[in-house]
Amino acid sequence: MSAYVIVGSVTLAGILLFVLAMAARSLVAPRVGRPVTLTTYESGVDPIGQGWAQTNVRYFVYAFLYVIFAVDAVYLFPWAYVIGDPELGPVSLVEIAVFIGIILIGLLHAARRGLLRWV
Amino acid sequence: MTGLDLTVVEIVLRSAAVLAAFLVLPLLVGQMEHKVMGHMQGRLGPMYAGGFHGWAQLVADGVKFIQKEDLTPAAADRRLFRIAPALALVPYLVAMAVVPVHPGWVAADVPASALFVLVASGVSILGMLVAGWASANKYSLIGGMRSAAQLLAYELPLVLAVASVCLAAGTLSLTGIIDAWSPVWLLWQLPAALVFLVAAVAELNRPPFDMPIADAEIVMGPFTEYGGLRFAFFLLAEYAGIVLFSVLFAVLFLGGWRGPAPAWTGWLWTLLKALPVAFLIIWMRVAWPRLREDQLQRLAWLGLVPVALGQLALTAVVVVAL
Repeated sequence: MSAYVIVGSVTLAGILLFVLAMAARSLVAPRVGRPVTLTTYESGVDPIGQGWAQTNVRYFVYAFLYVIFAVDAVYLFPWAYVIGDPELGPVSLVEIAVFIGIILIGLLHAARRGLLRWV
Repeated sequence: MTGLDLTVVEIVLRSAAVLAAFLVLPLLVGQMEHKVMGHMQGRLGPMYAGGFHGWAQLVADGVKFIQKEDLTPAAADRRLFRIAPALALVPYLVAMAVVPVHPGWVAADVPASALFVLVASGVSILGMLVAGWASANKYSLIGGMRSAAQLLAYELPLVLAVASVCLAAGTLSLTGIIDAWSPVWLLWQLPAALVFLVAAVAELNRPPFDMPIADAEIVMGPFTEYGGLRFAFFLLAEYAGIVLFSVLFAVLFLGGWRGPAPAWTGWLWTLLKALPVAFLIIWMRVAWPRLREDQLQRLAWLGLVPVALGQLALTAVVVVAL
């Protein structure tokens, strides 16, 4: 448990670093604040419309695939603790092979249907 | 170190040590990049700041950055825009705290530290996403979306490569992995090592995987609206990332502190092994043209993920068979 106290204190140190650096910057840096410098950058021309726009559906297909594989990976890590157990032997191997195999078939299917192409 | 009750002084000292490493090592890597890139491209790199071969260039850069006006675009989501650099930077600091560099030298000896490092470094990429979204700029949004897709694509092979090493060692602790390491791993875990290296460079959005930033097409991606100190923090995060992944590579695949020398040189071995990896990451940037966005996705899903899964199967079969 005490290790996480240090993790917490390191996090705090990082936040402190950011806050102090910003405080130092506000002491040193100039404040001109002309309104024109606060406009959105669009290669030198006046910005058209808003920056927040609708976007392509392909992003969420990737997100779905990622969630599937991330959950898969989470199940892999505890396996590391028991894989060497001689009582379990090849049983765990076969079980994980089935588990990953199904997901792999899913990935192949997604690739075949063209979901892994960017454009 | 777990189980021991720590005094406040010790907690502060350990945090300060991590912070010191975090502030010094990225600068060394940054300076190395300046000089290595310079010489690889037939020029000198910085030569004036500080006198000797421009050693103080990054200090001078820092002084310049801190004197710049802090701009938040009127259209931006103010609060998110302002904290995004911290969100990119702090997770790398936290991740560094759990990496062992010497027998018994680890700031926070967390159980399952291999998993913890992956989690912490994964959070950092949220900083880029938040920056891309909060800027309310079209280039930033496209860059942010690209970095999201890149994170999703390359986080997987990275996690699978680490999982392979964990399976081989039979533990999730980085210290345990170093203890279990033997030179045979250089061959046996080679595919995982290559996948890890490529995925790490992609996670850092460094060339040849810098499509989210792609200065030739979307200005500077998520960083388009950033300047001054906030931009500097994004840069620092990138170099801290190089340090973290180089040391992690040394710990996972090269045996960390183990080497043919007296025990007290352990930390030196860790640094000696991490240094060529950092050099390699810089070299990749100079040597290769960047991948197009669709090629980049293709490489991850149809190249690295199958290789990583194959390595996982190989590792598991060998571990069970022996």
